[in-house]
Amino acid sequence: MLKRREIDFQIFEMLEAERLCAQPAFLSQDRETIDAILDSAQRVADETFATHAALADAEEPQFVDGRVRMRPEVQTALKAFVEGGFMGTSFPEKLGGLQLPYVISQVINWIFSDANVGTAGYPFLTMAAANLIQAHGSEEQKQRYMLPLIQGRWFGTMCLSEPQAGSSLADIRTRAEPTGEGDYRISGTKMWISGGEHELSENIVHLVLAKVPGQPAGTRGISLFIVPKYRLDDQGQPGPRNDVSLAGLNHKMGYRGTVNTLLNFGENGDCRGYLIGQLNQGLAAMFHMMNEARIGVGLNAAVLAYSGYQHSLDYARNRPQGRTAGQRDPSSPQSMIIEHADVRHMLMRQKVYAEGALSLCLYGAALVDRKHLADSAQQAAELECELSILTPLIKAWSSHYGLKANYWGLQILGGYGYTRDYPLERIYRDNRLNPIHEGTNGIQSLDLLGRKVLQNQGAAFRLLMARIGETVSACTGHSELGEFASQLHQAQMRVLEVTTALGKVASGGDVATLLANSWTYLDMMGHLVVAWMWLRQAVVAQVAMPQASAEQDYYTGKIQACAYFYRWELPQVEMQAQQLMAMDASILQMAEEMF
Amino acid sequence: MKALVPIKRVVDYNVRIRVKGDGTGVDLNGVKMSVNPFDEIANEAALKLKEAGVISEVVVVTIGTAKAEDQLRSELARGADRGIHVVTDEEIQPLQAARILAELVKRENADVVIAGKQAIDDDNNQTPQMLATLLDWPQATFASDIKIDGGKATVQREIDAGAETLEVDLPAVISADLRLNEPRFIKLPDIMKAKRKPLDKVELSEFDIDVPKLEVVSTSNPPAREPGRMVKSVEELVAALKDKGLV
Repeated sequence: MLKRREIDFQIFEMLEAERLCAQPAFLSQDRETIDAILDSAQRVADETFATHAALADAEEPQFVDGRVRMRPEVQTALKAFVEGGFMGTSFPEKLGGLQLPYVISQVINWIFSDANVGTAGYPFLTMAAANLIQAHGSEEQKQRYMLPLIQGRWFGTMCLSEPQAGSSLADIRTRAEPTGEGDYRISGTKMWISGGEHELSENIVHLVLAKVPGQPAGTRGISLFIVPKYRLDDQGQPGPRNDVSLAGLNHKMGYRGTVNTLLNFGENGDCRGYLIGQLNQGLAAMFHMMNEARIGVGLNAAVLAYSGYQHSLDYARNRPQGRTAGQRDPSSPQSMIIEHADVRHMLMRQKVYAEGALSLCLYGAALVDRKHLADSAQQAAELECELSILTPLIKAWSSHYGLKANYWGLQILGGYGYTRDYPLERIYRDNRLNPIHEGTNGIQSLDLLGRKVLQNQGAAFRLLMARIGETVSACTGHSELGEFASQLHQAQMRVLEVTTALGKVASGGDVATLLANSWTYLDMMGHLVVAWMWLRQAVVAQVAMPQASAEQDYYTGKIQACAYFYRWELPQVEMQAQQLMAMDASILQMAEEMF
Repeated sequence: MKALVPIKRVVDYNVRIRVKGDGTGVDLNGVKMSVNPFDEIANEAALKLKEAGVISEVVVVTIGTAKAEDQLRSELARGADRGIHVVTDEEIQPLQAARILAELVKRENADVVIAGKQAIDDDNNQTPQMLATLLDWPQATFASDIKIDGGKATVQREIDAGAETLEVDLPAVISADLRLNEPRFIKLPDIMKAKRKPLDKVELSEFDIDVPKLEVVSTSNPPAREPGRMVKSVEELVAALKDKGLV
């Protein structure tokens, strides 16, 4: 169902990926090579991932005699993925990767997640683990643990949450006691561990947050450890078991192909872990990588939104039902439901949410690459600053509105959408995860308003406003797009006003009132930024518009969608600005007993 | 033993094609193009025979625009050893293609041609047969299994009644059917390596392709299917069929 046209638009036309790939830092790849890579990804995804998406959802992994039993197709697909060379695409060539831009690796992620988001979870986690070891591990740890991950021989996990500590990592209880032999004895229980136990790979590398006794309380006393399922022998090969045991499986609503576990570390007092980076710097190391993981989550949400859009679009074009307004002859042929205005609204909402989110997520991914290529430290710092303020929006806006897109997609199919005969209900269930994991959307809103917007005297915020301003200036006075530019400018001024007012509340010390408004603020900012993305898309479409051919429909559709977002969605910014200016904190006056 | 595998750049099989408004053909603007699927199968067959030690070199050939190099590179990435690209913007018809290929077979001294049975764009299913005729070689079309041993190829082929097995003397032309194999996935590192594999560009003017050509008068969509009608009895059905002149 995936439309390659959309990928090409988003990366080659919007983000000039061709120029990016041609940089020596990315081994000077040409467009033909990138096309061939994406073709190959699509083929493997179509033939090995898509084929078991519904099956792996229907038959989720089972806990049998302390082991995980799952559909064999998962292993077949991951073998094809690894053999195809898709595991380490963005890693340096000398480490066995292809040294492709991050944005290209995210498009590969798009292709596989679109086909089967559950199975795509394993390599996604494995790359995150390898990334973290690359950034913070010692040379020896890179050799012993990171390389097998990049080669796809071993898979990785992230072990942060515990049954009693999810969003509040300060309260984790897992302990790491020095053994006196240079390593640590790990004990504790970790919850929600995706890929925590399986037989898909020769070994599993868990990255575990734990506290060393005697260190500071709270987040400042958290360290990060490598804990392999099988300890390594002198040759670096998996040896004896490392006292990590499967305590149970979580039976989830979606992403059911990705096994999710409860793990016990050190049940028998013999689980060894190896410190990564500095003592007590575990959370910082983890969050360093979390930013990229959050782009990945936002993108997955956008991808599922887009998949749902494509499925419901296909249905709307082929489902005859009723007749259009004005056609009263009951013997006349029925209309396809795409002709009904209400269905068109539902399609258009999906299009603006899905393609808006895709555009935002890939813009963020390209910032990672541009940072990598920056000429100066100052330029790199600016790009990092822009990425840091966009990250909570990428994660939370895409997952919130991506799920809404799936709501409308399912609605188009009516009763059929509610059955398992069509993929919409599965996509909807899968996408319900994304507002929750890798920092809930509530946490994202606190991060945005409490940290990213107000810190450094609002430097990141001002930078973002300046970037939006550049697009506004470029379109001002334009016959077709000038109207959108002036609306975007107006919304931007309103957001600036609100942010200044909230800044005063913060400097006045009323943090409770500030944070009581954080979600609405994120929602408003998200709409502003996505309106910016839509104007950017309209500009590109306008310039590329051919005189005739099927391509004309594609580009006109982009401009129409931009107009729709400005007419039906952007006015939300004004409404939310009014709410925010009122600094309403009445929710705090509601005593627990009153609920 | 050297194998020559002709491949063609065609509209991807997933694309729902659109006829141009003026009826002069199919709109290819912005349309995804791929290797003809039967040609992928042919190349896979050649590569399997190479892995089995029967064939020593696999040469892929295409005739087409500069962009057709993408498809040639794709088959080089799958594993072929080198490529030949006859560059032309002209529309090449089966007899012309067969003449070009016959000339290349002679130049290359190839021992076997393994081709897709037809291209999915025009569905002609003519080039391999014409090529065999021009070379005066035996042919085994629609292969679903190929074995080569002692200067002979044993080919199982699909026919209306099921399957038959033929033995042909080499050199020969073999055309691949859908069930011959499942082409392997192309690995990303091999895409990079394929960029360095030898690829010769040949001018169309080197070949004698002056033959009568078919002229396409117009292209149109098939007529829309008319709605069916329910009849109450066999008699009524027979009457209706007679009425339409169908029985």
